[in-house]
Amino acid sequence: MNRAILDLWVGAFVALGFAALMFLAMQVANVSEEGTRGETITLRARFEDIGGLKVKAPVKSAGVVVGRVAAIRFDPQTYQAEVEMKVSAAYPFPKDTIASILTSGLLGEQYVGLAAGADSEMLKDGDRIEMTQSALVLEKLIGQFLFNKAAEGGSNK
Amino acid sequence: MIQLLRTLGHLTVDGVWQVGFATRFLFAMLRHSGPSFARFSLTIRELYFSGVLSLVIIVVSGAFVGMVLGLQGYDTLQRFGSESALGSIVALSLLRELGPVVAALLFASRAGSAVTAEIGLMKATEQLTAMDMMAVNPIARVVAPRFWGGVLSMPLLAAIFSTVGVIGGWFIGVVVIGVDNGTFWSQMANSVDFREDVVNGVVKSFVFGWAVSLIAVFQGYDCTPTAEGVSRAITKTVVYSSLMVLALDFILTSFMYIGK
Amino acid sequence: MTTNPHSADPVVELRGVDAGYGDRLILSGIDFSVRRGQLVAVMGGSGSGKTTLLRLVSGQLRARKGSVRVFGESLEKISEKELYALRRRMGMLFQFGALFTDLSVFDNVAFPLREHTDLPESMIRDLVLLKLNAVGLRGAATLMPSELSGGMARRVALARSVALDPELIMYDEPFAGLDPISLGVIGQAIRKLNDALGAASILVTHDVVESLSIVDYVYLVSQGKIIAQGTPDEIRNSPDPFVHQFIYAEADGPVPFHYPAPPLEESLLLEAEVAP
Repeated sequence: MNRAILDLWVGAFVALGFAALMFLAMQVANVSEEGTRGETITLRARFEDIGGLKVKAPVKSAGVVVGRVAAIRFDPQTYQAEVEMKVSAAYPFPKDTIASILTSGLLGEQYVGLAAGADSEMLKDGDRIEMTQSALVLEKLIGQFLFNKAAEGGSNK
Repeated sequence: MIQLLRTLGHLTVDGVWQVGFATRFLFAMLRHSGPSFARFSLTIRELYFSGVLSLVIIVVSGAFVGMVLGLQGYDTLQRFGSESALGSIVALSLLRELGPVVAALLFASRAGSAVTAEIGLMKATEQLTAMDMMAVNPIARVVAPRFWGGVLSMPLLAAIFSTVGVIGGWFIGVVVIGVDNGTFWSQMANSVDFREDVVNGVVKSFVFGWAVSLIAVFQGYDCTPTAEGVSRAITKTVVYSSLMVLALDFILTSFMYIGK
Repeated sequence: MTTNPHSADPVVELRGVDAGYGDRLILSGIDFSVRRGQLVAVMGGSGSGKTTLLRLVSGQLRARKGSVRVFGESLEKISEKELYALRRRMGMLFQFGALFTDLSVFDNVAFPLREHTDLPESMIRDLVLLKLNAVGLRGAATLMPSELSGGMARRVALARSVALDPELIMYDEPFAGLDPISLGVIGQAIRKLNDALGAASILVTHDVVESLSIVDYVYLVSQGKIIAQGTPDEIRNSPDPFVHQFIYAEADGPVPFHYPAPPLEESLLLEAEVAP
């Protein structure tokens, strides 16, 4: 086999292999995703209950991913969950932003939703979001529903 | 009973001998790997034979595996109304398991057996001895480039397999069945982690590349130099590499995903 | 047994050598020498240890006992590197040529030149064509080994084994499986190459007629021992019954036609007793 043709084929093969790796990295695993690239600031928030929230879960505002959950800790003083998020520095949020744990779809994964407030002062690196809303836990919801029904039934008597 | 014990003992002793030989062979090969890189054209030739010539079977199999995953995944997921998770299912199955494992099995039967046959025939027709007599070390000149060609080809082939598979799954899921295109990709991107899934898959295929290439060159070099011996060595290459790939996959998976 | 009288300036010298594989001893008590310019034949029946002798000289096999010296260097404790340095001065022709099947005739002959020299490609080309011309196959340079007949492949292999102008050339059964014409061609080529290069040559063969007509000296090997040696004329006129049987190809003699077995009558009788 001619040396030049051989080199060409092998070059094409290697290029194809690396293109496949790039495709897997970019399109399939999406390492270039918004909110994980560029400069980030760290924000913290305390929740009563984080439900099934995991590290690396997305942080979204108005449905757009603006960051990722970096760490989850249990705070033994307050008996609350402390969630650390890395949020893109390109999107400053006001001080009175509300962080809530939401679910994408009925059985989808859980994420942190940020609802911007109206304060003129912005959150800085290391700040804590004071207003939080915990995850809705299905068992608790059902329990609450049944309790309400029972209470209704009781009052109707 | 005595006969049974004797057979067992014989098999064990033989097995230990073989492993010992293979290990010594691996070190001899690593020691003589200089020319494979100093004269890279030797390795390029083997990249052609192991890599480029395996492309067709890898691409075709990858496409079909991906399409079957698309069909089966959709069929199962739509019962729970979660068709949107099709992208994750297809990508995760391919990246974590099917890509590296199936590509390695195909590689063992396509390229591994060819390498064993080539080295075995060179041994049977005294070409290796002739080379040794010309003061050219056959391990450095013939064996090591084939080994490195295989080691370098394997991760690339596995990546191509996974990519084609994802596209095959996308074709069935989105183009044929009609799952939403955006949902397919975004669900996939959300559940696939670069380090956890993509890098681990590449690590797996790299390890498989070492195993299959070592078995292939060793069986060729170690074969009985007759037509019968060569054909037996080819069978051994395919059987041993397949078993080795599956066993290694189990070990690697338990370390990568279950250990934490 | 007297030692070879021509042992001045020996290229190869074996003294009291034992050699074998695993538990089997193939050669024992071998004294053997070849000097520069000499073409020596080693003859003997199949399985007599002729090829093992070549493996000893080429360093593929180490002697159990005794000394093997090639180009004046002992092969007993030689390192791989030193052995390779010696092998560059040797050429070897294998029984069926052992051409590299993935290289063309030209590249086969060029192989040792490309591996061991830094000559420019144009000079390699000239050298290869000269070597091929010497064996009459310059026109076949672009063919692949699979397109060659047995005799042609042998000649290409011969050109390849002398590509680096070796000082010692070894031939392992160069006449096996050749038609009479090819056989004569190879025989003449071996003699001419030896004289042109001023090399020492060892010819392992069981072809009596062809080798006796070209060699200077003959060793006869049987069952791991050298049983006779001398010039071709001395061998032809040897009174030794074994030598006579071998040279004149007689079926029965000191080498029995039958593999050792109990007498035939006994075997048949035994069978008759068991049968009913």
